[in-house]
Amino acid sequence: MENNNNAAGKNQVNDLFNKLSSFQTRGYFLNHDENFTKAIITGLLFNETRYGYQSCPCRLATGDKAKDLDIICPCDYRDADVAEYGACLCGLYISKKAYLNKEKVKPAPERRPREESKNKITYMDPVRSSGFDGDKDNKNLIVNNMQTSNGVKNDKKQLADLSYPVLRCKVCGYICARAEAPDICPICGADKDRFERFI
Amino acid sequence: MPYQSYIKKVSGQKAKEIMLFTLSTCIWCKKTKALLKDLGLEHSYVDVDLLFGRDQEDAYDTMNKFSHSTSFPTIIINNGEDIIIGFEEDKLRNLK
Repeated sequence: MENNNNAAGKNQVNDLFNKLSSFQTRGYFLNHDENFTKAIITGLLFNETRYGYQSCPCRLATGDKAKDLDIICPCDYRDADVAEYGACLCGLYISKKAYLNKEKVKPAPERRPREESKNKITYMDPVRSSGFDGDKDNKNLIVNNMQTSNGVKNDKKQLADLSYPVLRCKVCGYICARAEAPDICPICGADKDRFERFI
Repeated sequence: MPYQSYIKKVSGQKAKEIMLFTLSTCIWCKKTKALLKDLGLEHSYVDVDLLFGRDQEDAYDTMNKFSHSTSFPTIIINNGEDIIIGFEEDKLRNLK
């Protein structure tokens, strides 16, 4: 198979392979085809060299990290693709079932919204980097369409009573209530900049 | 310089005009190129990620115009007569 992205050394590829493999204990399975998986990892390392971050080798990156944040591996779309198709778009991650049965996987179709793709980016949802000003910010909390279990519109007061903002990892859905997002997601290992304010 | 000057041609049996929009890092693009080569079919490709600025935009817009697709590989057959998106092994084999 043609491979013109050999910038990364074998050791680098093996190191990243081992690092990503370790997430299996948290339910993230790498493709069982090691050669295939290492070819993708080589692509990730090549992207890191040219863009400064490991964007998906099967997607066109802009080179602007803020615009490409959702396609930095693991991408925002991985979990949904693995659940629905048994593999993510590039095939690096597969479902537990596919892994255990050594199934041959097919790539998932593109889930990324078109407007998020190259040159049409409106992707900005930064996690607050300054500290959380509890009182002041609580008063500003507005969440629409929240329903209580009996169908009555939730009053804003209840949400305003939250003592911390609720933050969500866009990669794996991990939710935490704290003033700032963790540096690294304790579940999937994504960086802090992949968190959004959820409530 | 237009992106067309970066198109690479792989010689082989000329069944149909096959144009691939690919990424140099994409595993499915590599599989597609390898399969077409194995089948011995003449085809052309351009690695869109290796283009810069206008050239990249032109290539991306052209691919988009044909296929309404933003994913790779996108394979244009006979100038738009048929489009294959992704590594669709059966469809690719049928090109022969």
